[in-house]
Amino acid sequence: MNRQKIAHVLVGLWLVLLAPGAAAWNAAALVPNNSRILATGGATQIEGQAGGGIVPWAVLAGYGSSGEVGGSGFYTHVELKDYSLEAFGAAVSFDNRMELSLARQEFDLGTLGRALGVPDKELRQNIFGLKLRLYGDLIYGVLPQFAFGVQYKHNLDFGIPAAVGARHDSDADFYLSAAKLWLAGPLGRNVFANITLRHTRANQGGLLGFGGDRGDSREVMFESALGFFITRHIAVGAEYRQQPHKLGFSPQSDWFDAFVGLFPGKHVALVAAYADLGTVATLPEQRGWYLSLQVAF
Amino acid sequence: MYRQGMQQVVMTLALFCAVVVAEPVVAATRLYDQLGGEVGVVAIVDQFLFKLADDKRINHFFVDTNVKRFREKLIEQFCALSGGPCTYTGDSMQQSHAGMDINLAAFNALVEDLIEAMEQCKVATGAQNRLLALLAPMHQDIIEKP
Repeated sequence: MNRQKIAHVLVGLWLVLLAPGAAAWNAAALVPNNSRILATGGATQIEGQAGGGIVPWAVLAGYGSSGEVGGSGFYTHVELKDYSLEAFGAAVSFDNRMELSLARQEFDLGTLGRALGVPDKELRQNIFGLKLRLYGDLIYGVLPQFAFGVQYKHNLDFGIPAAVGARHDSDADFYLSAAKLWLAGPLGRNVFANITLRHTRANQGGLLGFGGDRGDSREVMFESALGFFITRHIAVGAEYRQQPHKLGFSPQSDWFDAFVGLFPGKHVALVAAYADLGTVATLPEQRGWYLSLQVAF
Repeated sequence: MYRQGMQQVVMTLALFCAVVVAEPVVAATRLYDQLGGEVGVVAIVDQFLFKLADDKRINHFFVDTNVKRFREKLIEQFCALSGGPCTYTGDSMQQSHAGMDINLAAFNALVEDLIEAMEQCKVATGAQNRLLALLAPMHQDIIEKP
């Protein structure tokens, strides 16, 4: 019951923050002036927050700088050997200080669903996100930009996760993140790096529930991203995301992606990636492609 | 699993290097020359001034500006910063922006106008970034409120 209370508090907090956010938008006259530099809102990662593909970064969604409002919407499709994942949602950021996001993930069980003959053909979850910029700026200053983030996740299909040993159908991930862009790195190109430390017990990012027969406590997981801007419109990079291993029925691999991000302008971004999620729910070598479209302001 | 992840990271870094090497290698000349020397710097500053004048986000900061002097000092500053044969004779960044109440959004908007001016003048990406890297530390003397 205790964790349910925490869940209610977290969703409540998210909803409560929406009001002052919207009020600040009006009262403090936050304007959608798009002042931040191209690509500094990142893409939208699969949990709906500003980031890369699989890792949330310390940057906030959209292009709102101080005294401004920004936001983004996204649709992502990941096609793996035996599964596919769709994710979509929206985020809004206020004063380049606070980002609120909502996302839905729909994971198609494909091969495994047919093999198990289970009634559920997909695993879905909703994700409420909150991110606060704690300190610093991505570009200016010696230190990186730091952010604290929460992702509250709620499974809509808990039958399979429960059957394979997951303990909870909802939970929150907490993380600290640091991001820095270095102007004129190698060959005069701008270089980006991000490190995220996530406190989590989510199985496959939460799609297979939270906690399990191998443990119910959260662990600190390491996530990172490295990017290189060939021009200001084209970035190439890679990401790594360590995963906890709470379910005995299957190994849980760390995730990896290599991406090309296209930023033709501030209102649209496209990311194409190669993703390797390793073994997912007993099926090995889950590699494939990742495509994400973002609209932003 | 971690080792496999690391292997892939290393492989991707190798891929980066391939991409980097494939890019045209810029000769190790002065940034001033990469910007196009005197003619190039003047063209960049002129484009920059046009962008600033058109930028509704920040052009109100320049209503009382002596444009002729501002242009001269900008040319001097960009020339001197990029290793050209000039000496900057203008006020310090702190002096020239005192009391203007410039926030990060305004600073960002100005940087964006400069980038677009350089794009218009066909300045190479590496040279653009090098000039921005020289100008970026000035944020601490220009921005008054976070």
